[in-house]
Amino acid sequence: MGNVRTIIDILDLSTQEIDELIDSARDIIANPSAYAEACRGKTLATLFYEPSTRTRMSFEAAMYLLGGNVITVASAANSSAAKGESIADTIKTVSCYSDIIAMRHPKEGAALVASRATGVPVMNGGDGGHCHPTQTLTDLLTIAREKGRFSDLTIGLCGDLKFGRTVHSLINALCRYEGVRFVLISPEELKVPSYVKEEALDAAGVPYVETTDLSEHMAELDVLYMTRVQRERFFNEEDYLRLKDSYILTPEKLTDAKQDLIIMHPLPRVNEISVAIDDDPRACYFRQVLNGKYIRAALILKLLKEAGTL
Amino acid sequence: MNIDSISNGYVIDHITAGKSMEIYRLLGLAGTDIPVALITNCASSKMGRKDIMKIDADIELDLDVIGFVDPDVTVSVIRDSKCVEKLTLALPERLVNVVKCKNPRCITTIEQELDQCFRLTNRAEKVYRCEYCETKAEF
Repeated sequence: MGNVRTIIDILDLSTQEIDELIDSARDIIANPSAYAEACRGKTLATLFYEPSTRTRMSFEAAMYLLGGNVITVASAANSSAAKGESIADTIKTVSCYSDIIAMRHPKEGAALVASRATGVPVMNGGDGGHCHPTQTLTDLLTIAREKGRFSDLTIGLCGDLKFGRTVHSLINALCRYEGVRFVLISPEELKVPSYVKEEALDAAGVPYVETTDLSEHMAELDVLYMTRVQRERFFNEEDYLRLKDSYILTPEKLTDAKQDLIIMHPLPRVNEISVAIDDDPRACYFRQVLNGKYIRAALILKLLKEAGTL
Repeated sequence: MNIDSISNGYVIDHITAGKSMEIYRLLGLAGTDIPVALITNCASSKMGRKDIMKIDADIELDLDVIGFVDPDVTVSVIRDSKCVEKLTLALPERLVNVVKCKNPRCITTIEQELDQCFRLTNRAEKVYRCEYCETKAEF
């Protein structure tokens, strides 16, 4: 439908567009009052078929920050999905009430189906274990603000690297920058899928090592990105229970870490980062949460402008 | 039907021996009244053994399906008992409703009447991935 821009995958955005979004977010942070009426009279629909705290609320907070309105479906049980309505039909309906849609769905590819059913911009707020581009934008803004660059970084990704959609999107995004190197830390069963290695890392010639040991490469890292082992991605509870405590970051494990390391996490955490680390200045996961609001505001502005709505 | 000559239709030659039934099935010819001759395990100087399929009807032929199953075949278009065109095929960039995504988490498992769409992501390795979830197609 139409030529309206949708954001399904982080690769839908060029590095130049990401830089522009980061600049826009920085400007919103510096001058919030200048944007207080930017989306006046416009409506964001948040359609979340899966539980969410940060993603949905940050989309909504972003739209309020821009002076717009928000309508929401906060769970599949409260929508016609519970009656068996297709995604395409739901999206066509929601499009009648809104100027832009943010959507999360447990099935992989759901956001693509939604985007093909509507002439309204769709932002993927997570489609199963597949993509989560606005989390990646959040992560990139965080790295930009904390480290000042994307190039020449050694990035450790730890935990569930198989089903962790934030991990796949972040790898895809950072592969496009010079001098990036990855350390992939996970149990054997939760390694980065082969298609991400082949089509992102290998295709871009980005060096990476895979390890099961969190401490082995700690001293080399500029960024440590922790993830949760996600119960909802397992068909088998026993597998989840066996793997859920694979990695727990404690102050002792940071002994060899750089002083300017940043520790990130898309949250929610369960127990993979000890609360004792929260006061360490290198822990930036709550600053990361705040960045999510600003970068989503920048994205809403961009998509509404491109759609000719603003 | 005379399998030596057809008046209007197609001759699909140089099919890898044993693959003609798969092409026949994927072209949706089973259950139709279209006359089709399948010749399997013919001697071939180039291939050793090959299959040949003759379709005696001017139907719309899905070349993507044939190219996907066996990209090295040649397709001769027959009109008024003469070969008017010879087509060489390649792996198609996109497959629609040819293979089914095996990922139980894919949206194609629940969305009503959603086409099964795959994109060619590695021509050398003949890798197709689901357009929705990026799962590798299994053949």
